[in-house]
Amino acid sequence: MSIQTQLFESARLRLGPIDHEKDPEIESRWTHDPVFLHGLSFNPARPLSPAQMKKRYEAIEKEIDESHNSFHFMVRSKEDERLIGLARIEWIEWSHGAGGLKLAIGDVKDRRQGYASEVMQLLLRFAFDELNLYRLSAVVGEDNLAGLALLKKFGFVEEVRRRKALLRDGQFFDLIHLGLLRNEWQPVEASQP
Amino acid sequence: MSNPDLFTGKLVHLTAEDPETVAKPYCEWGRDTEFSRYLDSNPPFTFSEKKWKEWMEKDLEKTDNHFFSIRTLDGNQLIGFVALFELYWQHGDTMVAIALGPHEYWGRGYGTDAMNLMLRYAFTELNLRRVSLIVFEYNQRGIRSYQKNGFVEEGRVRGAMLRDGKRWDFIWMGAMREDWMRIQQESLRAS
Repeated sequence: MSIQTQLFESARLRLGPIDHEKDPEIESRWTHDPVFLHGLSFNPARPLSPAQMKKRYEAIEKEIDESHNSFHFMVRSKEDERLIGLARIEWIEWSHGAGGLKLAIGDVKDRRQGYASEVMQLLLRFAFDELNLYRLSAVVGEDNLAGLALLKKFGFVEEVRRRKALLRDGQFFDLIHLGLLRNEWQPVEASQP
Repeated sequence: MSNPDLFTGKLVHLTAEDPETVAKPYCEWGRDTEFSRYLDSNPPFTFSEKKWKEWMEKDLEKTDNHFFSIRTLDGNQLIGFVALFELYWQHGDTMVAIALGPHEYWGRGYGTDAMNLMLRYAFTELNLRRVSLIVFEYNQRGIRSYQKNGFVEEGRVRGAMLRDGKRWDFIWMGAMREDWMRIQQESLRAS
């Protein structure tokens, strides 16, 4: 990496700010899919209207301004600026160099295309080489196999298993906390689609 | 039948207090960095009495407020607080935090008794299934106390904290309702 390296660009994707005009309608559509919501939060799935989404974006930007401990990115296709997903570095404890990571691909058609891996490479480089964090955490339900596979592929290891902390569709699942330390991170030089 | 002793244990009882009453002692405890460094991963910082009062007033407005003060049964001394937070009703899981201010009450069963009351409240009144907590690796007294109430280690967030030039783990512990119930029955049989 050099000073000329574009931190927010991969082969096919670009991380960028919220578009308050265009994004609410698209993300509102995504919130009607529980798979999308369950991957991001352990709250009950609840669809949001475009107007509610707009408010949510304002709250996100306000929170970032006030707390200085999170970063929120919208993920877009470089080719046509189409919104593909979102990514966050959050809950940063600056004095300890620790933070959390979250990402989601919105549309079902865009999943299993390697987009999440591309986003992950950008997020890890940003967290470790730009924010200089010591470690990153991610928390996923035992039922989120895609999420677990993605995190493990990038070297995250299971650190905590909160027994039966999730109850979904009448079934108990463990909550799994995974962690990646800076010295365990293997940067990928050429981004592979 | 209702349990009339829901908030009363062997050494302490849990109480609701007005912000005016507790702002001063809480403010004093906050000046003790050993206290702060067991309680919180944020760098120790001193809050004014006014700030404590405002924080508590705001907290009281929340509907899901489960914040209790801890008082001794003998002498009714205010010695600490215990609270539930990040409560997920739909999963039956919550986080708990506990702190005792005056050092003379540390390591003498007061915290364990207060935590037992909080768990009884969480499991038999709120009907939650499990309670989680984070304890810092260097707080061995805390870990031993939590184990007595049925908490077991569920994992370690490696090196989550940098203090005094050393990396320390966050230890996650969890108590399941059935484990806690079993401990209650065993101690009932023993007595």
